[in-house]
Amino acid sequence: MLTLRQVRKSFPGPDPARPRPVLAEVSLALEPGDYIAVMGESGVGKSTLLNLIAGLDVPDSGDVLLEGQSLAALDDDARTLLRRRRMGFVFQAFHLLPHLTVAGNVGLPLALNGMAGTHADDRINELLEAVGLRDRRDSFPKELSGGEMQRVAVARALVHRPAVVLADEPTGNLDPESAAQVLELLRAQLKRDGSIGILVTHSAVAAATTDRVYLLTRQGLQLQSGTTTPRQE
Amino acid sequence: MSSANAQLFAALVTGPLRHAAGRTLLAVVVIALGVALGLGVTLVNRSAASEVSLAARSLFGLSDLVVQGTNAGFDEALFPVLARLPEVALANPVVDVQVRVVGRQTALSAMGIDFFRAARMQPSIGVEAPRTNLSPLAADSVFLSPAAARDLGLEEGDQLTVQVGLEPVSFHVAGILPAAAYRQRAMVLDIGTAQWRLGQLGKLQRVELRLRSGTSTEAVQRRIAAMLPPGVSVTTPGAETDEALRLTRAYRSNLTALALVALFTGAFLVHSTQSLAVIRRRREFALLKAMGVSAREQIASTLAGGAIVGGAGALCGVGLGILIADLGLNAFGADLGAGYFRGIAPALKVDWLDAGVFFLLGTAAAIAGTLRPAIAAARVPAALALKAGDLEDPAVRGNTIAGLALWGFAGVLLLLPAVDGLPLAGYSAIALVLIGAVFLMPAVTRLLLRLLPSVRSVPLQIATAHLRGTARQATTSLSAILVSFSLMVAMAVMVTSFRTSLDQWLEKILPADLYLRAGFTSETAFLDANDVTALAALPEVERVDANRFAQLAVTGLKTPLGLIARPITEQNAGRMLWIESTATNVALPDAQPVWISEAAADLLSLRSGAVFTGSIGERAVQFSVRGVYRDYERQNGGVVIDHDAYVRLTGDLRTNAAWLWLKPGADVDHLVNSIHERLPGLAEFDVRRPGEIRAITLRVFDRTFAVTYLLEIIAVGIGLAGIAASTSAQVIARRAELGVLRHVGLLRRQVGFMLAAEGGLLGAVGVLAGLVIGSVVSLILIYVVNRQSFHWSMDVYFPWVLLMAFSVSLVAAAALTAVWSGRLSLRDDIIRAVKEDW
Ligand SMILES: Nc1ncnc2c1ncn2[C@@H]1O[C@H](COP(=O)(O)OP(=O)(O)O)[C@@H](O)[C@H]1O
Ligand SMILES: [Mg+2]
Repeated sequence: MLTLRQVRKSFPGPDPARPRPVLAEVSLALEPGDYIAVMGESGVGKSTLLNLIAGLDVPDSGDVLLEGQSLAALDDDARTLLRRRRMGFVFQAFHLLPHLTVAGNVGLPLALNGMAGTHADDRINELLEAVGLRDRRDSFPKELSGGEMQRVAVARALVHRPAVVLADEPTGNLDPESAAQVLELLRAQLKRDGSIGILVTHSAVAAATTDRVYLLTRQGLQLQSGTTTPRQE
Repeated sequence: MSSANAQLFAALVTGPLRHAAGRTLLAVVVIALGVALGLGVTLVNRSAASEVSLAARSLFGLSDLVVQGTNAGFDEALFPVLARLPEVALANPVVDVQVRVVGRQTALSAMGIDFFRAARMQPSIGVEAPRTNLSPLAADSVFLSPAAARDLGLEEGDQLTVQVGLEPVSFHVAGILPAAAYRQRAMVLDIGTAQWRLGQLGKLQRVELRLRSGTSTEAVQRRIAAMLPPGVSVTTPGAETDEALRLTRAYRSNLTALALVALFTGAFLVHSTQSLAVIRRRREFALLKAMGVSAREQIASTLAGGAIVGGAGALCGVGLGILIADLGLNAFGADLGAGYFRGIAPALKVDWLDAGVFFLLGTAAAIAGTLRPAIAAARVPAALALKAGDLEDPAVRGNTIAGLALWGFAGVLLLLPAVDGLPLAGYSAIALVLIGAVFLMPAVTRLLLRLLPSVRSVPLQIATAHLRGTARQATTSLSAILVSFSLMVAMAVMVTSFRTSLDQWLEKILPADLYLRAGFTSETAFLDANDVTALAALPEVERVDANRFAQLAVTGLKTPLGLIARPITEQNAGRMLWIESTATNVALPDAQPVWISEAAADLLSLRSGAVFTGSIGERAVQFSVRGVYRDYERQNGGVVIDHDAYVRLTGDLRTNAAWLWLKPGADVDHLVNSIHERLPGLAEFDVRRPGEIRAITLRVFDRTFAVTYLLEIIAVGIGLAGIAASTSAQVIARRAELGVLRHVGLLRRQVGFMLAAEGGLLGAVGVLAGLVIGSVVSLILIYVVNRQSFHWSMDVYFPWVLLMAFSVSLVAAAALTAVWSGRLSLRDDIIRAVKEDW
């Protein structure tokens, strides 16, 4: 369960007395297994929205609740620990740690959550198998192509079975073929674990791989009718 | 170059400097500091040296040749012989002895001259004499040099009492000489008065000769040399001046070498910041190359950047150096606290040639530091511009080979002898060892990191992975700290070895219970045979050993050796001297057994068992070297002879120092009291327990090395600045990576811990390497540099506690520096860094 209740966020503008509103009254409720896309113009606040959900930033008013827990009630350390256990991230620029191997990158959330040994290894292998990179286990990121790096990132985002996966423009740096591959993987893994997925994207093609598409505007978050694909149960 | 080209070139040069303004500024500051310290110390040395040579020159006035004996003097009958030589226009006889000033722990040169002759030799003396109403020839008149008047606080008309034997002799200060006459602390009196009242009847220490114009100085010098009795030599005033300088040169050059360490470290700091900039900007270089900038233009522009940094730094450094020299001279004196130039008060002389040389050195250091990075930049393949990914420079193996080659070369240099008394090859070897170590660091770092055990802590895992992945960059940022820490370790080991050796040596050479020493002087302040008998008769005293300090002249040596006469036999020599080697042969019956110091052994090229001829007073004697001993006291060589033998050879019964042994059960304090009560005349002298002498000596030692510690700490500070510069640069480059870590759930403090671990591990690698390299350098200092400069050996002692303390502090400082430079990354906005790119 992920709930956003009338979340507002503004940033200090050129005039310090008048903050610049970015998000006004955003509300949203998602059930486990929901996979949605958020579209919108550049600068409208999509990344800001993801940051608020991740607890990387706090709303001016309103609240974000994950599995009944209000993020606003937690301090920075507690939000970090919540992120560590319950969230996964995929970024546009992949952002693998350059000096860890593929397995090291994928295993990072497991290690942070205190899982080690063969247990962890099995899980890492399982994910690498799923993203088709089992044989690149010991490679370093710089030896991979963009598509491969993003597949590693997807594995990293999902390895610890998070409740929520946030993907900010994950296909922005990829060619269409790799993009399709990554999106397919993301969807498949999310559905398998029953995680909530939020995909921020500019691409209608990418958005079409999700269950529902929302449009973020100055007015708030609106469901786009007619873009839903049938839910897979 | 066309103007468009020139503009492009200027942009290529200044762009990177402006881009990393903070680091550019740091490099400028560091070069400035290095130049300032180097120039400061050199100027102080120069001022001291020019003062020493002026002082020496003022002694000899306008003379062409100087006939000189040991301080015991020679028969005055030689004077008329010299004066009557056809080539000699003017001969000026001089009595020159050290006298002790009563009531003060200080000595003075007493110079007996013939005022009328001397005034012709040295016009500045003549100016003063007629001005006073007191006749200079009056038996109680003396003139003081300005330095003496100032130090003793005396004026014209005051009374001055000096000690001759045990008797006080009083004089009347008839005037103060003009500053040009004598620069040292001296009293000048009529030669007849001097001979009579200072116990020098029939003796002269020196005759200065002015030759007729048109005669060859060398020819006359040879002729005179042939007619001189043993122990008397003829030299030119220039040679005398050089000799005065030589005595302090080793100390001065060592200090200069130390002062250059800061500049040396600075060059490595420039090297590491520039190297890191090149690694970061490889793609930019590749792009420039793809666009048609040639390798030569590339190198030239990078070097020009280095020259700008160096020039700016060096210019500031010259100004700062002059300031430092002025402050240092006022605060510590010409020897910066070492006590070498007692009694000389130098004024700062800014030699603009020195300033120019240091300006060039500073600029050159910066350019040298830029050289390797510039070549690396020019070698970046153009293809890299088009390819993402691999930006590491693969040059590690080449570096390792170069490093080993430099070490090999250093090994060869260590076999070379000193050049003109200076250990130049030794210094060069040290520089090569350090540069070689910098080359070897990437390989060593990789090896050490591989040995690191794997850990559960995620921040630690990421930290080690990061260091492994960036070994070359990481170790580049280490080079300045490696160099400065190695030198600090080396100095610490050397100073500890020296200090411990000195302490143990003092314990050995001070076997008696109490020492009574008649001042620093030997010709006028002494105990006679009766005094020694009186001491021996004290109820607490078991035995008195008389020590006589004289001089021993050896043909070919410019300065006579110090001669110490004391009761000594082949059996007990090892109990009062620190014997380094003993003769295995039996002394020839007609050769006098002596023990010579290491410095004397080096100067005379003699070993234990050898035989040499020297003269005591005017008597030539054959000596057999029974052993070589360690001597930290007389840098110009010492010879120990049995006291009875000395008396037999010279008839000289005077004693400069008495060693007192207590009767069993007697108390030292009682003995001191007894001396004060029963022999008040003797109590005027220096009466000391061995512990006091040790404490005083070690205090002087520590003061001498205080300046060197200061120089070392500054160098290590520069090294830490290098770590700060490179960590902050890397943190900027790694912001996105750190942002991701916060996303996936690293706590803020875990990120801080990770940075600390990276800094600390890097520091630990530097410390580990520094301990090894520093130990090697310390051995070079001990066995090559010190041996060649000062002719003394010492045993090696490692100050483990101190080294551990240094190491732990440095690792901690490196960790803190890393966290401090990475504090940016601990702020919230690091989270946005992951999204910066869209
Ligand atoms: N920490 C911040 N401080 C100030 N302004 C911010 C901050 N984060 C985002 N903004 C501003 O908020 C607006 C929304 O940004 P963002 O959420 O990144 O948009 P996008 O929809 O393109 O992801 C932009 O105008 C951006 O400049
Ligand atoms: Mg965005």
